[in-house]
Amino acid sequence: MPSFDETLKLAKIRLLRMHREANSGHLGGNFSCIDALMTLSHQVMKAGDRFILSKGHAAGALYVTLWSLGKLQEADLVTFCKDNTLLPGHPSGGGIPGLLFSTGSLGHGPSLAAGVALAARHRQTDTQVYCLCSDGEWQEGSCWEALAFSVHNRLGNLTIIIDQNGWQGFGRTEDIISYSDLTSRIAAFGADVQRADGHNTAEIERALKNKSADRPRVLILDTVKGKDLHFADTMESHYLPLSEEQYLAACSNFDGDGHS
Amino acid sequence: MRNAFAAAVISRCNHDDHFFLTGDLGFMALEEVQKAFGARFVNAGVAEQNMVGVAAGLAREGFKVFVYSIAPFCYARPFEQIRNDVCFGKLPVCLVGNGGGYGYGYMGPTHHALEDCAAMNALGVRVLAPAFDDDIAPMLTTLSVPSYLRLGYDVRPKGSEVPAYAPWREVLSGDNGAIAALGPLAGVAWQALLDLPAASRPSVWAVTEFGHDAIPDAFLAQITGRRLFVVEEHVAAGGLGMHLALALARRGVHASSFVHHHAQGYPTGRFGSQAFHRAQSGLDAEGIRAMVQGKMV
Repeated sequence: MPSFDETLKLAKIRLLRMHREANSGHLGGNFSCIDALMTLSHQVMKAGDRFILSKGHAAGALYVTLWSLGKLQEADLVTFCKDNTLLPGHPSGGGIPGLLFSTGSLGHGPSLAAGVALAARHRQTDTQVYCLCSDGEWQEGSCWEALAFSVHNRLGNLTIIIDQNGWQGFGRTEDIISYSDLTSRIAAFGADVQRADGHNTAEIERALKNKSADRPRVLILDTVKGKDLHFADTMESHYLPLSEEQYLAACSNFDGDGHS
Repeated sequence: MRNAFAAAVISRCNHDDHFFLTGDLGFMALEEVQKAFGARFVNAGVAEQNMVGVAAGLAREGFKVFVYSIAPFCYARPFEQIRNDVCFGKLPVCLVGNGGGYGYGYMGPTHHALEDCAAMNALGVRVLAPAFDDDIAPMLTTLSVPSYLRLGYDVRPKGSEVPAYAPWREVLSGDNGAIAALGPLAGVAWQALLDLPAASRPSVWAVTEFGHDAIPDAFLAQITGRRLFVVEEHVAAGGLGMHLALALARRGVHASSFVHHHAQGYPTGRFGSQAFHRAQSGLDAEGIRAMVQGKMV
């Protein structure tokens, strides 16, 4: 059985190939969160826990994670962003295990997660609910509505993870609508705020397993958009697909040859 | 209808698999619902987008969920949450909009809902527009899909018995064509035409499920080659009149005339009570009588 590190590496290579074959962009936001997504799914979540991908543009990372868990098959991945697929560029809820909602319009996930968490608490289950957001997404007012609701209702079974890669659709977050310090602003709402290196899987795992029980937690991950790709930490990584040369070079970063 | 709604929710839906969310509204109407539902009653505050998202989350986990607010805050503010979170997943969330049409009268246009049925119908939401208090309880038995319940005021003629619930009901018989009235306007039309001779008046049909295609044969018989009137406290675009005209065209049913009274918005730029706005659109008793008598008001 491969180690988690090996599985993570394979998932990254598969993610690259999937986007290359579909000639699809959005790699930057996928590679800023795949370490967290894989760590959460393989090392932290238990059966019955729920996950909501609020930053739906990281659908590729989610599909590959589900594939690594055996919940999606190779035959599914090859249809990514092609006609007659169940795997469009933003997830469509329904028909895929582990996918609860159609996300991609930003600012929806925290409320959906709060509802799922409220349901679990009402049923007195030990279900934990996880929601992954982008940092630019917190410019949506609905995120703050959801945060206030979750804190007020003491949804201690809810964890919101923010992939803070510092970039958004048309520039750097700090140059557009800056929250200069998202941590203190979220803490001011009363959530249990933690921060970690979003590419250090041991640190992510430790942070995710360290939780107070009586209030929602927000885990802010410091990440690099397009981590380990040629256009890391640039605007281009948000939109541009990889050329064949760039793809092969990226695979070699993860010890892959681009053909398997 | 708020009180009838609250009573019906308590009697029909106070089960452990039902939640009730309100956007901080319901004073002097929902207190008993709050008591009955206990922890399943949640005041989500003045944050409608979040409220609908939370409702979708609860519904995805197997609960049936009411979401209550003044009509425009219920369907317009959280439109995308209704579309993406509720409708894409076909989740059992019932949006309850109090004060459909000009129901909030003097409160002004921000509190009116004139295009709600069209907007919700376009998303595939089942639109329910009760005409009478008695309609609400039977409607609440069918909440397994996204739905929108448009509450207004029951204005049936005093002492009148309402026929058993059906999406299309004849509430006043007549021999001269038919009126299809959306929701509470059936009561207005009923009262308006009550003292006209049956031979000269159209029958009045209460239409309470918007977009419903099961138009009764009896209604079709009454309008074939005869006069058809539609009254609705809703804009023409995407309203009952348009839906009915399309349904009739598809069936090859031809009325001899088609007269449509609908919400005109704010034609004078002045504001007032629900009665004031209805009168401006020819939707009050006088306007409806004039309509069937072929007069201009």
